[in-house]
Amino acid sequence: MESQLPAEFVVNVDHERCRRCKRCVINCSFSAIEFKDKVTPNHRLCVACHRCATFCPESAITITENPLDYKYGYNWSPEIRKNILKQAESGGIILTGMGNPRPYPIYWDHMLIDACQVTNPSIDPLREPMELRTYLGAKPEAIEFEGEHDNISLKTELAPQVKLDIPVVFAAMSYGAISLNAHKALAMAARRMGTLMNTGEGGLHEDLASYTDRIIVQVASGRFGVTSKYLNNSAIVEIKIGQGAKPGIGGHLPGEKVGEDISKTRMIPVGTDALSPAPHHDIYSIEDLSQLIYAIKEATDYKKPVSVKIAAVHNVAAIASGIVRAGADIVMIDGFRGGTGAAPMIIRDHVGIPIELALAAVDDRLRQEGIRNRASILVGGSIRQSADVVKAIALGADACVIGTASLIAMGCRVCQKCYTGNCAWGIATQKPELVRRLNPELAADRLCNLLTAWGHEIQEVLGSLGIIAVESLRGSRERLRGVGLPQETLDILGIKHAGIGQ
Amino acid sequence: MKIDAKGLHYRPMNKIIRDAVAAGEKEFELDNVGGQRYIGTGLNEPVKITINGTPGNDLGAFMNGPKIIVNANAQDGIANTMNAGEIIVHGNVGDIIGYGMRGGKLYIKGDAGYRVGIHMKEYKKQVPVIIAGGTAGDFFGEYMAGGLIILLGMNGKSPIVGDYVGTGMHGGVMYIRGKVDPYHLGKEVNCLELNEEDMKLIGSYLKEYCEHFGFDLNEVMSGKFTKLVPLSHRPYGNLYVY
Ligand code: SF4
Ligand code: SF4
Repeated sequence: MESQLPAEFVVNVDHERCRRCKRCVINCSFSAIEFKDKVTPNHRLCVACHRCATFCPESAITITENPLDYKYGYNWSPEIRKNILKQAESGGIILTGMGNPRPYPIYWDHMLIDACQVTNPSIDPLREPMELRTYLGAKPEAIEFEGEHDNISLKTELAPQVKLDIPVVFAAMSYGAISLNAHKALAMAARRMGTLMNTGEGGLHEDLASYTDRIIVQVASGRFGVTSKYLNNSAIVEIKIGQGAKPGIGGHLPGEKVGEDISKTRMIPVGTDALSPAPHHDIYSIEDLSQLIYAIKEATDYKKPVSVKIAAVHNVAAIASGIVRAGADIVMIDGFRGGTGAAPMIIRDHVGIPIELALAAVDDRLRQEGIRNRASILVGGSIRQSADVVKAIALGADACVIGTASLIAMGCRVCQKCYTGNCAWGIATQKPELVRRLNPELAADRLCNLLTAWGHEIQEVLGSLGIIAVESLRGSRERLRGVGLPQETLDILGIKHAGIGQ
Repeated sequence: MKIDAKGLHYRPMNKIIRDAVAAGEKEFELDNVGGQRYIGTGLNEPVKITINGTPGNDLGAFMNGPKIIVNANAQDGIANTMNAGEIIVHGNVGDIIGYGMRGGKLYIKGDAGYRVGIHMKEYKKQVPVIIAGGTAGDFFGEYMAGGLIILLGMNGKSPIVGDYVGTGMHGGVMYIRGKVDPYHLGKEVNCLELNEEDMKLIGSYLKEYCEHFGFDLNEVMSGKFTKLVPLSHRPYGNLYVY
């Protein structure tokens, strides 16, 4: 069927400036630029990944949204009309990548942080030690010591703890969804910054064997690459129940992406679909979840914290409480703006709840039930900047998880075409010629720079708050105020409106 | 090593086993087992464990090498994500056995519950095998991505298998000794007749199986088998538009 869909973008080439080096042609992995006497774009194929514009030595390329205007209709937006055309031409579920782009409220941007003035002095982070360190894992109700004077030791047996030098870890992104070079960069950066990366559900490539103390390994319904060795060579084992971008929807790596190397890592034949449906099918209750948690603990001799990752959904607080009672050491909550390699648009854009509200509700519930100490809370689903991290910790999180932000640091342009496997930046692709574009060392440097910058920024805020450790901020909702939020939202977030004092 | 499991919680019991395996112990006999979970879970050595009594769920989960013999019935989640080894059950078993199993053998004398071999996978020479002598419940071989499952129906109960056989199947092969009515089948499977090669393949496993349980191989092989394979390795390939 001939498509009636207009091009999304227009590639403008300034032929005066162009020196016909053809770099743009070589760089475009979506075949949107050809050379026929001169640089000739096929606008329809452009996804605005900016690869050509970035590498054009003459800055001769700009990309604009197709200025084709639609007859105004607030209800029938151009996007909705284009989606209908797409489906009328194909009969398929619309697939997309990255996180929810729709203009839902972003509550981070409606929360403001306190600072010290006059009566309670702030602290200069340049001179004072400012601690960003935190530990993930279950904490005891109380601790007991034994011995006397200079021979005192801890009597209480501690659950396994994993130290983070900065309260930001890299999100679960599978080898398959992203490239091996991207995985390597994340692992190297995690090691250097004293934080963690997460394999996602696609197993662990053998090249990353030396980084296992910095890696969260995931167990999802498909069990790809899961062996007792995989479980034991890890910092943390995570059971994946859900993902913020697609709550209730599983993973599905199409067969064409399952090449030799992925086949080996996932331990499935080349070319078969890697199906990881949302239900685990051995988990229909909290008791069943507990059974898997303890199977993993038995298989790792109780040496690894076990995390359970869920999407933020309406009943998240009760579910999280169940997860903690089931024996999880960490609850990872992924908000509805979280990214993905591929998800049906209807799910990505319409299912789940914002992480800010989910976090506040979960932290509240666990406190009310007196079990907050039993598990650390990790939150993700569009943590965009260090301010979001500070606000999340003040709301009650132990640490934050960044996926999209880490990809952007490596070069991602959020073009949302991850599911095509043509990522021009060598991130969401398995094509060797594209994967090569991402240099793991350089990408790791960029990731480290990002975390270093965020670390300094968090220290600045801690100083202005008059505290010297990120652990002192945890759950300090009194240090947050809401702006422009209705009372009900403020109640859920457990914060006062700006203008209200103590 | 002999362990009296009476009144013993799974946690200390499995710890005794793990520590003994680490110390070089090769053989275990567990008496009076009554529902203790995770026996053999995560063990990587080729030890032998004989269980007298009914073990609990997740027997041999993530297991990589041991041989387990159960002289009774067993419960749910046997051989969950098992990589290598052997589990022989002289009785019936519960649901979701062989979940994500990737290698080794699971031989059951009697019936099996729902979702036998769900997400079973294979990789090159590592091909997991499940054989059950009786009947099985719904969703037999669900999402099966590799490996071999044989169902024998030796106790003559009917139907031999429940509904939705092979739903989501996209790899591997199943052999069922008897006729499977089409309405029991999932949308993703294809029914075939067996050829000589198939008979040879199942014959080699069934010989071993019959030796464990004292069945007559000729009698087993004389039944008429149905072979089930996936229609596609990519069952959901055409569902999406970009
Ligand atoms: S990269 Fe720039 S200068 Fe080179 S051919 Fe393309 S438009 Fe012209
Ligand atoms: S990872 Fe690549 S394909 Fe995905 S949004 Fe970023 S640049 Fe685009």
